[in-house]
Amino acid sequence: MAAVATCGTGAGSTGSVVAAGSKNHVTSFQRRGPRASGSDSSYSRLVSIAGTRPSVRNGQLLVSTGLPALDQLLGGGLAVGTVLLIEEDKYNIYSSLLFKYFLAEGIINGHTLLVASAKEDPADILQELPAPLLDDNFKKDFDEEACNHKTAESNIKMKIAWRYQLLPKMEQAGPVSSSRFGHYYDASKKMPQELIEASKWHGFFFPEKSSSTLNIEPCSLTHGYIKLLQFIQNIIYEEGFDGSNPQKKQKNILRIGIQNLGSPLWGDDICCTENGNSHSLTKFLYVLRGLLRTSLSACMITMPTHLIQNKAIISRVTNLSDTVVGLESFIGSERETNPLYKDYHGLIHIRQIPRLNNLIYDVSDVKDLAFKLKRKLFTIEWVQDNYLRQERNIYPPGFSYLLKQKDSAWGEGSLQHSTFLMSFLAKATAFASRLVRHSEPLEQTGSGRALQAAGPRLWRDGRRQEAPGLLVTPP
Amino acid sequence: DQLLNRPRSLSGPSGKLTLLCDANTDGSFLVHHFLSFYLKANCKVCFVALIQSFSHYNIVGQKLGVSLTVARECGQLVFLEGLKSSVDVFFRAQAEPHPLQFLREANAENLQPLYEFVREALKPVDDGEAAWRCPVLLVDDLSVLLSLGMGAVAVLDFIHYCRATVCWERKGNIVALVHDSGDTEDEENNILLNGLSHQSHLILRAEGLATGFCRDVHGQLRILWRTPSQPTTQRDQSLTYQYKIQDKSVSFFAKGMSPAVL
Repeated sequence: MAAVATCGTGAGSTGSVVAAGSKNHVTSFQRRGPRASGSDSSYSRLVSIAGTRPSVRNGQLLVSTGLPALDQLLGGGLAVGTVLLIEEDKYNIYSSLLFKYFLAEGIINGHTLLVASAKEDPADILQELPAPLLDDNFKKDFDEEACNHKTAESNIKMKIAWRYQLLPKMEQAGPVSSSRFGHYYDASKKMPQELIEASKWHGFFFPEKSSSTLNIEPCSLTHGYIKLLQFIQNIIYEEGFDGSNPQKKQKNILRIGIQNLGSPLWGDDICCTENGNSHSLTKFLYVLRGLLRTSLSACMITMPTHLIQNKAIISRVTNLSDTVVGLESFIGSERETNPLYKDYHGLIHIRQIPRLNNLIYDVSDVKDLAFKLKRKLFTIEWVQDNYLRQERNIYPPGFSYLLKQKDSAWGEGSLQHSTFLMSFLAKATAFASRLVRHSEPLEQTGSGRALQAAGPRLWRDGRRQEAPGLLVTPP
Repeated sequence: DQLLNRPRSLSGPSGKLTLLCDANTDGSFLVHHFLSFYLKANCKVCFVALIQSFSHYNIVGQKLGVSLTVARECGQLVFLEGLKSSVDVFFRAQAEPHPLQFLREANAENLQPLYEFVREALKPVDDGEAAWRCPVLLVDDLSVLLSLGMGAVAVLDFIHYCRATVCWERKGNIVALVHDSGDTEDEENNILLNGLSHQSHLILRAEGLATGFCRDVHGQLRILWRTPSQPTTQRDQSLTYQYKIQDKSVSFFAKGMSPAVL
């Protein structure tokens, strides 16, 4: 541990905490110190910013997005200096909720907020933030629920769908006290007024600012974006988030939240026509990322990508953002009546996670994620149904597979054919996949139909061990 | 990354344009590989890094065995950090022309200031000490230039000018990364990609697996050797590997031979 300490305090090029150089910029991507869990004195200088923690993988400083479930999916949290882009759902219900969670987390942790919107006054947005959940009165409700959930399912040892037990369970941790990293919020109650008053925030409401004069040469950015960039840059510079004025008090994080970026309310016409001003938004994102990388700030942007007419812009915007999460709500779509999704309110797609300071990145293994807004909690869960899609690296997508349903004769689900042809093909590929993986095919004991190749231990002693029910050929 | 077992001799004919392309996945590991490779081979490198910050490349470079700060201090590496300079260019008017001048202009015609920067950076040093080997231009990545308002033709012109200077005049190499947008109709990007594919000597294409995400095989790399200057009747040589990215290296294996599957 002594070597680790000297590495942290020494003037080594990676271990240095503050950037050397003429301008004394603090970039948030410098290695903060050793990854040790012990408390070194140099290390504690930056860890002491409330509401942040270093990432386990690469020492990057992380802030919480306001949703612990989302933090877990993003590899621990949102990295300081990066942009989180939320692709809005169709009616902007859940994305504005995520936006509020982000801001509420900033208030609880004492971060400075910068709220930019073209639709609502930032003061009004702040009045509607959800209240944080406190430990005592909620914890017992939550524990009860968790117990019910657990006793029903975990005691049954799965026989056929045994792969399910190997999968990671989504953490369902309870609410935490305010000194910890992520907090839970109660969407039905509002944040107490005194907390909002005590926090420091800056608002940018586009209709108010649009009348002042422009003192920058005309470039292809729309007026609104230029004003917003100047505003952000002013705040960062004046309050010293980029290290330019040495802060007398402790360093803090600036949380920037921009709502509905790209919508016509900002003066941008990419949602209206296909050949609009196609570079305005991308240039804005690029310069914004430049600002973020050189300061201690993190940004969440919600963008109505379903309205953008030119699909090329969406891919460019995705490439220019660091983390991209898409929300798809079931309201009004045909999935609402799908029994698969009856417990959930929508799907979450993690489209992109950045690789920062590393060749690899944290990616969760589960890809089919759905969210639901219960009375008090926004939870994200894995949609557990498609039995064979876990072997996705061998099975091509686009096939409908055997669906698992509840309450069947076997105790954990019966297999139901979606269509005969599709299931036949699925089993044929199951047979082929066994060849690839085990390099020995099953002995030909039956009539040679692909239906019979269902598992390595299915045929033992010449007799079937487990009855596959609907799949068996009539003797 | 000596696992990339292809002839990488610098004494061979230089003056090559290598195109890195990624589709449905992130090809930045190739950029890191080339950066560390050329720095270790004692070449003078001009790196136009438009996507990430200097410390990101530095930290990854240290895992691969090179130190960018040392290289920058002794003059081997000329680093243009796009993100940081863009903030300077955008908010404060610059006295002399800046390589990213086009950010301020409404209708920037060409990337000439950027080309001048590259030419200046790779100018052969006259005093003769610490002679580096062939100069190399590394660009990460060209698709960002399209997002920032330049047309595909302007970017192709830029590469053409750079090739004339770096490859032909100074016998150096150019390596550039372009994103392939796949099925989204990004026509400018397709023009750029096709134009560069025809000019390049070596194309490395990193693709995601057609069947989706896999934990053990991160993607597939297709290598294509070409001779654009001499149209020959023989076919271009091509190889395909699948890869898995690890913390400090990338391991390659033939298709279907991932250690996880066998």
